[in-house]
Amino acid sequence: MNKTNLDLPTKNTWCPGCGNFGILQAIKNAISILEQKGVKKENFVLTTGIGCHAKIVDYININTFYGLHGRALAAAVGIKIGNPNLKVLTCSGDGDSYNEGISHLVYAAKRNIDLTMMIHNNRNFALTTGQYSATSPRGFKGRSTPEGSQESAFNPLELMLASGATFIARGYAAKIDHLTNLIVQAVEHKGFSFIDILDPCVAWFNTYEDYNKRVYELKDNDFSSKEDAIKRMWEWDYNNGGKIAIGVFYKIEKPAFDQELNSGIVKIDNIDSKIREILEKRI
Amino acid sequence: MSKEFSILIGGAAGEGTRMSGQLIGKLLNQYGWRIFIYEDYQSLITGGHNFSIIRASKERISASTKEIDYLIALNQDTLQRHKGRLKKEGLIIYNSDGVKNYPQRHNSDQIKGEKGIGIAALTITTQLGGKPIMKNSSLLGALGKVLGIDWQAIEDLLKREFGEKAELNLKIAKAGYDKAETHNKIEKLNQKPLPLITGNEAVALGALKAGLEVYISYPMTPASSILHYLAGIKKDLKNIVVFQPENEIEVINAAIGAAYSGKRAMVGSSGGGFALMVEALSLAGQSESPIVVVESQRPGPATGLPTYTAQGDLLFVLSAGHGDFFRFVVAPGDAEESFYLTGLAMNMAWKYQLPAIVLIDKEISEDTFNLDESVLEKIEKRDGRFWNKKGNYKRYLDTNGGVPSIDGISPLAFPGEAGAVVKATSYEHDEFGITAEEDEGQIRRMQEKRKRKIFYLYKDIDELKAVNVFGNKNSEKAVIVFGSNKGIAAELGKELGLRVIQPLIFQPFPEEQMKKALSGVKKVITIETNVSAQLAQFLSCQRIKVDGSLLKYTGRPFFIEELREELIKKLQ
Repeated sequence: MNKTNLDLPTKNTWCPGCGNFGILQAIKNAISILEQKGVKKENFVLTTGIGCHAKIVDYININTFYGLHGRALAAAVGIKIGNPNLKVLTCSGDGDSYNEGISHLVYAAKRNIDLTMMIHNNRNFALTTGQYSATSPRGFKGRSTPEGSQESAFNPLELMLASGATFIARGYAAKIDHLTNLIVQAVEHKGFSFIDILDPCVAWFNTYEDYNKRVYELKDNDFSSKEDAIKRMWEWDYNNGGKIAIGVFYKIEKPAFDQELNSGIVKIDNIDSKIREILEKRI
Repeated sequence: MSKEFSILIGGAAGEGTRMSGQLIGKLLNQYGWRIFIYEDYQSLITGGHNFSIIRASKERISASTKEIDYLIALNQDTLQRHKGRLKKEGLIIYNSDGVKNYPQRHNSDQIKGEKGIGIAALTITTQLGGKPIMKNSSLLGALGKVLGIDWQAIEDLLKREFGEKAELNLKIAKAGYDKAETHNKIEKLNQKPLPLITGNEAVALGALKAGLEVYISYPMTPASSILHYLAGIKKDLKNIVVFQPENEIEVINAAIGAAYSGKRAMVGSSGGGFALMVEALSLAGQSESPIVVVESQRPGPATGLPTYTAQGDLLFVLSAGHGDFFRFVVAPGDAEESFYLTGLAMNMAWKYQLPAIVLIDKEISEDTFNLDESVLEKIEKRDGRFWNKKGNYKRYLDTNGGVPSIDGISPLAFPGEAGAVVKATSYEHDEFGITAEEDEGQIRRMQEKRKRKIFYLYKDIDELKAVNVFGNKNSEKAVIVFGSNKGIAAELGKELGLRVIQPLIFQPFPEEQMKKALSGVKKVITIETNVSAQLAQFLSCQRIKVDGSLLKYTGRPFFIEELREELIKKLQ
């Protein structure tokens, strides 16, 4: 596996032991596998929002768009619409896309735009020093909720199912090979692919030990069954105990928005004469 | 026959008065008259009151008069509201199926016009088997006869407009034509008809001429008709992508994404939608993304008056966005300028890799203007500076082998280009696009690189006509206007012998051209449709002394009569 061309000589500022290292490695692995399968390196684009996750753009030598907080996906949608031949990957955080930019997440799933959305879900706002996020468990004691948060976490997988995502998966930053395989499948899926990645935060919410006990890999589940997917998704509600499944929960085929939107679009060389024809009718 | 006349057609929303106004405009256009159509409607779908004022003149115009020569009333409400506008020698054409109390039950003294012509428009239409909306054709026919227009001209127009559906409309129109009498035969002028187009359509066509590839917009009056119009263009020509996302935040971020992928993108909204875009406008500044934003103003604050007009966002667009960055801002005053300046905005956005804003308002967006096709020759798509495919690509290249990139413009490459890694970012960054927080020298160089571009942009606009001067160019009394007040100021400036100055570009501001335009002026006033005299405030920041302002802030534009009176008073 030739990975050298994906590295950059930049200084990494993630905390030692951060789950993001595993996610970065899995993305690099997946890109290398996809390159071997024929995807050209120049056709990958990675977009991010703002947060710990987003530093990834400085650590990987591919095309990147380092956007605004909550707008990782918003820019990605424009890039994919602008050039549907690109393989667009988005890294975002729970704070980035479950809090600030949730509208874009719901709509990207609804319109089934062909890109891969990876949420570095550390279940808190880490870069802003540990406030509760949409997937922090009820009672989370962060700097803004010293007495424990009064909100329950929501279940992002169920939200994505309801919104119309056609590929819904969960990965774990500590299981790099499993995550690599999920990312490859997600990129190869034609449509909106969503991976919620369990991403332990060593600074504010260290969940390694907990996840290591509870995480198990899905096997032989029926991807195409909504009922089966919901059942698996609700084994864990992001608040309390229970088994935590990782793998693909749901996968169906639907037309991709970017392809449909761009279908039949042609370049017109003589726009001047077309405009004159339009104006002719306005006399 | 006078050198101009006005026709007001009004009815309930949904009765088709706007379409009728357009047809009347086209009919008079055929006779060589120059046309301006003012649209007035409310924020509702049916009921309420809509009207259009079609003003015809021997000379180019883009303003309306309060007084009218002809009133076409589809319903009683229209008659009651507008009869007071009618000139003494004016005439009312009314739909006698909708106006039941004419002339008996209202005080006939209030109708200055000697007589009215009642047309049973709905009865005629239903008897001939038409749908109620077609009653407009009978009134169009009646108006044609009143103005002494040859039946053939009406027949040609309806055939052209309605194609296969023309036959029934022709019968209905002919019935109206035959029921009316000629009141005042209009001259057939020896002038080539000019296309009739709204400002929003001109914005769309100007952008297309400059290479528009992606239009992204969330509906908001009065910008929505750009979205509708371009969606129609897409359906016919299949040359652009038109996308209506979930909100304005997605709109502008997606446009920046599309630009990053190499596509020429434009977005459009009114002030409220633009307010939601502002954070990402700053992203366009930092990431050096070429995008065009059309901001069509309506009265605020907040929801304000959704279907009316204002110039209350001038200072907002000039300063919108956190952090220091540069933008290109143009303010066209009619359809022709909207075409040209939107095209220019697109080219400048791509040449200098920055956001460009086209500031218009409801009067430009939705009123109808004549457009001289020669404006097409003023805009060609101009490419930005592209990477030469040599060496390592740096998105934010500032130095090249020790030679500074003098103008601050870094060559563009797009994802998909072999050999280039394209890193765009919202963070302060190095030339490659990697976050740079520590190296102060690097931070300073990047800020200065972006700033340097604006000096070259200044040079470019010095070569362009960035300031218009109308009226008496030697007058010591000057009126400064922008946007939709151009037409009325130019017309009154000519009549009253005043110098009228209209800046077309606001950022960078054409200081030298303004200085020249103002040379010898002793008294300056601004005419604005806002409550805080934003143009005057802006001009004083440019060290231009303003002695006073004429302001209107009721959502309606200035009308000739009221502004004439106020101008005379103010400039005594």
